[in-house]
Amino acid sequence: MDRSSHIRLRRVAPFVAVAAAAALTLAGCSSGSGGKKAEEGGADASAGKADTPRMTVALVTHQAPGDTFWDIVRKGAEAAAAKDNVKLVYSSDPNAGSQATLVQNAIDQKVDGIAVTLAKPDALKDVIAKAEAAGIPVVGLNSGLSDWKDLGLLEFFGQDESVAGEAFGKKLNEVGAKNAVCVIHEQGNVGLTQRCDGVKETFEGETQILNVNGTDMPSVKSTITAKLKQDSSIDYVVTLGAPFAPTAVQSVGDAGSEAKVATFDLNKDLTKAIDAGDIEFAVDQQPYLQGYLAVDGLWLYKNNGNYSGGGEQPVLTGPAFVDKSNVEAVSEYAAKGTR
Amino acid sequence: MSMAQQAEPAVNTPPAPGPHQTDGRTARRPLALRLLARPEVGVFLGAVAVMVFFLFAAPPVRDGSSMANILYQSSVIGIMALPVALLMIGGEFDLSAGVAVVASALTAAMLSYQLTLNVWMGVIVALAVSLGVGAFNGWMLVRTGLPSFLVTLGTFLILQGVNLAVTKLVTGNVATDSIGDMDGFDQAKAIFASSFEVAGVQVKITVVWWLVFAALATWVLLRTKYGNWVFAVGGNKDSARAVGVPVTFTKISLFMLVGFGAWFVGMHNLFSFNTVQSGEGVGQELIYIAAAVIGGCLLTGGAGSAIGPVFGAFMFGMVQQGIVYAGWNPDWFKAFLGVMLLGAVLINLWVQRTATRR
Repeated sequence: MDRSSHIRLRRVAPFVAVAAAAALTLAGCSSGSGGKKAEEGGADASAGKADTPRMTVALVTHQAPGDTFWDIVRKGAEAAAAKDNVKLVYSSDPNAGSQATLVQNAIDQKVDGIAVTLAKPDALKDVIAKAEAAGIPVVGLNSGLSDWKDLGLLEFFGQDESVAGEAFGKKLNEVGAKNAVCVIHEQGNVGLTQRCDGVKETFEGETQILNVNGTDMPSVKSTITAKLKQDSSIDYVVTLGAPFAPTAVQSVGDAGSEAKVATFDLNKDLTKAIDAGDIEFAVDQQPYLQGYLAVDGLWLYKNNGNYSGGGEQPVLTGPAFVDKSNVEAVSEYAAKGTR
Repeated sequence: MSMAQQAEPAVNTPPAPGPHQTDGRTARRPLALRLLARPEVGVFLGAVAVMVFFLFAAPPVRDGSSMANILYQSSVIGIMALPVALLMIGGEFDLSAGVAVVASALTAAMLSYQLTLNVWMGVIVALAVSLGVGAFNGWMLVRTGLPSFLVTLGTFLILQGVNLAVTKLVTGNVATDSIGDMDGFDQAKAIFASSFEVAGVQVKITVVWWLVFAALATWVLLRTKYGNWVFAVGGNKDSARAVGVPVTFTKISLFMLVGFGAWFVGMHNLFSFNTVQSGEGVGQELIYIAAAVIGGCLLTGGAGSAIGPVFGAFMFGMVQQGIVYAGWNPDWFKAFLGVMLLGAVLINLWVQRTATRR
């Protein structure tokens, strides 16, 4: 049979394609606009390096893979680790049980400190008690603002999702919104629900909820379009994650609606969109700061016995509003993926 | 041919009185019932039932632009459901189809951006990569004899990890950089993600591609030798091989066809949203498979059509958007979706049972 020749041909095909691509590149197939060449390189935030003894910190989050938000948290943690002479061990799992196992893993590694997100505090209760019994200081970040003290954590860095939502609702009043739709990209996520509830709390107009499938952008786009058609009085679309805001702008166009778009969280495309006036404003909980402060807080505790927040109060990293008036100052950092 | 020859003596006998004289055991059933027995007619009626339901329950659906929106959602599922259905007729299925879409989009975006190339270069290399992933799936399957569940689950996990790790490695972030201002973007957008106006309604180009691909797939399946091979390898691989069907070639090419679909939808995603997040696509594979199964493709292979999955995808898009158009309590969204889909499939099943009952 000529089976093997078929296969050999197919195995070679991708290489041929890549080689052809390279050849065509040389032949002048490059883009005259955009691309990496147009982007300017900038130095990362750096403040020298501490000469304290090397320590190991584990950062365990409930991140789902490939989400821009968590990438920024991790970058903050890495920056602090580099500065503090800390070896950072990062791990994550969106499943609460698996996240608890990862914390146990960190305890087994005998790390010098653990920073953990408390998306589902009950699932982590036991394992955090174990860490404390083993003499490992634990700090919380991002989610779990109402539970960190009960679990006996040292410090907490994050944003109160309800407070952020409430601030968002007040801002909507300021800009004269009447009927807002709050787009939840992950049905059943506690933090996202709290944000919408917060908006509802302070917003004087009507707040509606819309669930969309966050792993499939075309479906996000058509579902928001459908909602805008169903209720044409909607004048503000509120997205809860940065990548969904530009999609919402497209939906508004598709539906022929006049609605404006505002969002929680920030990334580099978003700063451009705010600057261009496509998106009204973003409320930023400064994820970089959460990662940075969590690692730095553990370092300070180990080397100077400090408690950020005095051991009583959480350290709030948000809500910070980014709109047309201050976007210029922020966009430089967003372009580097740190805001 | 042989059938006609056997029938010849019957022609020589004196013409019987009446046009269709039979002995009663092989009575021709009415045309309507014979039509209803076809798998794609059941799903067609299911889709119509869902549509009629929402036309009453959700007033905005009656608007032309709403229908365009529903068709858009259906087309993005449908373009992938077609090759997935063909693969299923060929007796295999592909769990990596969802993340393969994102892998393709990431490849094109990163290659163009990082090397500052015309985006068409990225598009072409992404096609090669997508076909390569399909070929790998097929080759692995044929070589090892492992079930496609295991092989494609492996690919699913590999792609999920590679999507994230390579994107992070190359861009320093988990999302790609925007390629919206680069050379060739507008042309590519015109092909993969533009829209055009029909009677005042903006229709997305993916709807056209979806129908073109469906027509093409139907033709290939029913009118070409390759179509016969697909049915044969799905029905019984060994007998197919015994009568000279190139089983290896057919299986590998079917997986590559899924790769082509993933590339196409990936390019749509890229050119309609300018950037891609590396974690997307997980879970979509089940929706593609569901659309194919609702469309009458057997999970065991050997039976199905290309037009059935078109209605399957339409039904999915109709239900998903219809719920929103109806303004129902969003907490129940997924539950509604599940109930409506099950309901539609049951109508489908009932129609077929009724039609084939003697």
